[in-house]
Amino acid sequence: MEKTLPKIEIIEKYCKGCHICVEFCPKDVLEMKGFYASVKNLEACIKCMQCELRCPDFAIKVITE
Amino acid sequence: MAFDYDKWIRPGKLPHIWCPGCGHGIVMKGLIRAMDSLNLKKEETAVVSGIGCASRLPGYIDCCTLHTAHGRAAAFATGVKMAKPEMNVILVGGDGDGTAIGGNHFIHACRRNINMTYIIMNNYIYGMTGGQFSPCTPTGHKASTTPYGNPDPGFDIAKLAIGAGATFVARGTAFHANQIDKLIAEAIQHKGFSVVEILDDCPTTYGRRNKFKSVIEMMNRLKEVAVPVKAAEKMTAEQLQGKVLTGVLYKDDTKPEYTAEYAKVIERAKAAK
Ligand SMILES: Cc1ncc(C[n+]2csc(CCOP(=O)(O)OP(=O)(O)O)c2C)c(N)n1
Ligand code: SF4
Ligand code: SF4
Ligand code: SF4
Ligand SMILES: [Mg+2]
Repeated sequence: MEKTLPKIEIIEKYCKGCHICVEFCPKDVLEMKGFYASVKNLEACIKCMQCELRCPDFAIKVITE
Repeated sequence: MAFDYDKWIRPGKLPHIWCPGCGHGIVMKGLIRAMDSLNLKKEETAVVSGIGCASRLPGYIDCCTLHTAHGRAAAFATGVKMAKPEMNVILVGGDGDGTAIGGNHFIHACRRNINMTYIIMNNYIYGMTGGQFSPCTPTGHKASTTPYGNPDPGFDIAKLAIGAGATFVARGTAFHANQIDKLIAEAIQHKGFSVVEILDDCPTTYGRRNKFKSVIEMMNRLKEVAVPVKAAEKMTAEQLQGKVLTGVLYKDDTKPEYTAEYAKVIERAKAAK
């Protein structure tokens, strides 16, 4: 069965560039791009929601079906 | 599915004022998930705070809120609860607000066992005012007022709460984000005074001074020191050296609750004469 990928939304207006989502993603999906978090490798995402859960700034959403 | 925090946030209030990597935002999200999981009604829920970075929290939450005087959250919250015992009353604040200037209010709320929940964000420092040491700053650590190391031993908030008479005491950390909502939800459901201490981080005024290179290092430290109570049962005193227990640390369902006892006083007074 083909794996469905989530949509990862990063709200730059809220992101404070703390690196938490990037560092604690177990699959290295995210990276810092300039000041903000950004998606580097969506294919690897396992939808664990860790990034959304840990972001102190309500700035990252993992949208699954 | 992404959690819908927006339904609990006052429109237009984000981004919040907290610094990059400050754990207060993680705690606020945990509180929102807890309130949501219990289906609390906004008009029946009051979030009350004193003063400090942590105490800014109620300003963001879309329910009944009170941002009061430094250290006085427990006093104002007690007033709300006595006037409207049917309300869910949740206190939030920092270690400075709760254990220094507000220490007396804190222990007496515990002693009364009044049915409210107190979430205390312990970042070991007065963040808002530039990093003065608090009663929770560990011995030897640096603050703006203890540049050569703090000579005082710090409070253990959970032990203080248990000793003072709180009937539900739990501890979590800003690293263990997934656990925060569960601890808070259980605390809110408890009938009596419940205390949830969240070990938190203040990278701006505490982290830098105490040689944490980054927010990530502070988060990893929380991860390393935390030991769930169940796991601790199987560990030796030596293994537990320098560790902090997390989870539900204490629960007592037998002690009378204050608003119920007070209602009886009113009945007795009415029957007299
Ligand atoms: C009566 C009074 N005394 C002192 C202050 C200054 N003051 C504001 S916040 C604060 C300490 C806050 O520390 P804490 O509760 O730990 O919150 P944090 O900022 O660390 O989240 C102090 C001393 C005040 N606002 N009012
Ligand atoms: S959901 Fe999990 S795997 Fe996907 S980006 Fe977030 S932390 Fe990484
Ligand atoms: S955790 Fe949130 S605020 Fe921090 S870098 Fe990631 S998206 Fe930005
Ligand atoms: S000063 Fe410290 S406690 Fe206050 S917002 Fe910044 S990091 Fe958080
Ligand atoms: Mg503090």
